[in-house]
Amino acid sequence: MQDKILDKSEMDTFLERLGQEYDVHAPVPEKGSVEWAPVTSSRDLVWEFTNTGVSPKRYVFPQTECMMRFTNRSDDPEGMILKEEPGLKRRQALLNIRPCDAKAFRVLDRVYCQDEKSNDVYWRDKREKTLYLGLACKSPCPTCFCTSVFSGPHHEEGLDVLLVDLGERLLVRPLTEKGETIASPLDDAPEEAVQEAARQKEEAEAAIQSKVDMENIEARDVMELYEAPMWDREYESCLNCGVCTYVCPTCHCFDIQDETQGEQGRRVRNWDTCMSWLFTYHTSGHNPRGTKKDRYRQRFMHKFKYMPVKFDVIGCVGCGRCTTRCPVNIDVTEVVQGMNEQE
Amino acid sequence: MRNNNPYLPYPVRIKRAEIATEDKSLRTFELEFLYKEDAEAFRYLPGQFAELSVPGYGEAPIGIASSPTEGDTLLFTVSKAGSLTTKLHSMSEGDIMGVRGPLGTSYPLEQMEGKNVVILAGGYAVTTLRSTMVWLLHPDNRPKYRDITFVYGARTPGMILYKDLLEEWETNSDANIHLTIDNEAPGWDKHVGFVPQVAEKIAPSPENAMALVCGPPVMIKFTQPVLDKCGWQSDQIIMSLENRMKCGVGICGRCNVGPHYVCKDGPVFSKAELDGLPKEY
Repeated sequence: MQDKILDKSEMDTFLERLGQEYDVHAPVPEKGSVEWAPVTSSRDLVWEFTNTGVSPKRYVFPQTECMMRFTNRSDDPEGMILKEEPGLKRRQALLNIRPCDAKAFRVLDRVYCQDEKSNDVYWRDKREKTLYLGLACKSPCPTCFCTSVFSGPHHEEGLDVLLVDLGERLLVRPLTEKGETIASPLDDAPEEAVQEAARQKEEAEAAIQSKVDMENIEARDVMELYEAPMWDREYESCLNCGVCTYVCPTCHCFDIQDETQGEQGRRVRNWDTCMSWLFTYHTSGHNPRGTKKDRYRQRFMHKFKYMPVKFDVIGCVGCGRCTTRCPVNIDVTEVVQGMNEQE
Repeated sequence: MRNNNPYLPYPVRIKRAEIATEDKSLRTFELEFLYKEDAEAFRYLPGQFAELSVPGYGEAPIGIASSPTEGDTLLFTVSKAGSLTTKLHSMSEGDIMGVRGPLGTSYPLEQMEGKNVVILAGGYAVTTLRSTMVWLLHPDNRPKYRDITFVYGARTPGMILYKDLLEEWETNSDANIHLTIDNEAPGWDKHVGFVPQVAEKIAPSPENAMALVCGPPVMIKFTQPVLDKCGWQSDQIIMSLENRMKCGVGICGRCNVGPHYVCKDGPVFSKAELDGLPKEY
């Protein structure tokens, strides 16, 4: 597909055209951070930011999502029967999504759409109705380690379009048919713009400081890693606060709860966290992951061992949010390094 | 599943609800599908489970106690434990609720063909083994299996589930039925003692055999050495696990034992499989 060029002064026209078919969301400045919000004007957009505080996973996997509704009345012949909630009404576009966050959706496709029996209709609906316009990373954060987990600052997996910020202009690289449709009215990119984008890619990849080796994790069996002595020390500082799971673009666990108000009832799903003891608590009082150590180990084993075994994919895209937000400075790369090295 | 949505339950009506044990902690529910096409879509095998769904109260994963050879209704025996099951115990015949499934894997019925089958059940874990026994003893299936030994223990005679059926098996089937209670009780002339003790007495041979073991953790713990002594290998022993569940289809992330989800990759595992996994169950 042909690389295109977009002058930033034309951004409002571009947004307007996008807006005809999509609700457009992008990272915008918010209280000293950058967070995802709806955008209508180019004035809302930012081009210099490391990454958003919270990942954009909520656009496909909302923090609270109604799955079904029912009439809370037994005397109604249609009462107490759960009815599926309709899908997303309007398509949505995630503009300036970082390549790591876009890859996270691809990773989670393996979990949410495993086969005919485990095919999450709510996830699939929003995945199909979302357009991903990525913005390549210029200056990765010190906590980023995307290149160690098969992603990267210009990684294209999961994107419809990759944008590269060239200062006054953006290189627009369509990657899918949907992306092609969006990019086609733009002018073809001149050769020097394509070269400049390639140079930026090399520079950004070289700027990533953290390199994490995972070869041994793959080679070691589940029980060897599970019983490694490192877990006995590592977990002690962890507060089980769960902020890592909240900001993580690949944490996908959820709870399902029923809510009723008068004659209306609904079944919702909410983000849940493996850091909570309630997560696995049996009604009998037994808890298979009853200790802090069990829960701490679960999060890392899940992403770096169980998911590779089960879905042939690492459950991490190297965005570094968990490290940035951890109140006790647990660094995911150090934990993974420990799993890889071991004593 | 309904409309290809794995979360959407089939609407069902409670056809029969009855107290199952003397302490009233267990109730047996017979559920009929509101729509014939749903009953046809719900194709299950012994060992699988379903999410029982009461709108407003949530869901609970419960083993299916009926056998598909018994027709279109489903049977569940439910212990009153949490908010959903407490609500369920207060519901009566004619009430509408939901069933989502069938979920999980069945017992390895094909692998068991041509072999002797030993079933060891304790307490109300007997539910899916009731399903298995009914299925195995059905004239279409019985010739495919050799000797069937069924050991089932309950605390007291009044805690034994499915009494009529057990009597029927004792008198009219060729299966070796061994019932046991924890302590002597007036009028009880069968085994007395825990399941492991009875298993030791019977000393089932591992020769061309498979064992299905299902019961409380303490029963499993003490049954294992008995089977070891008889020479059973871990790939001949089949177990069924329980963990807290929500989605039931391997997505929501809580019931995993190592890389495997109890809801989707289980609940049935061989002991050989479990030996290589964390004991997170």
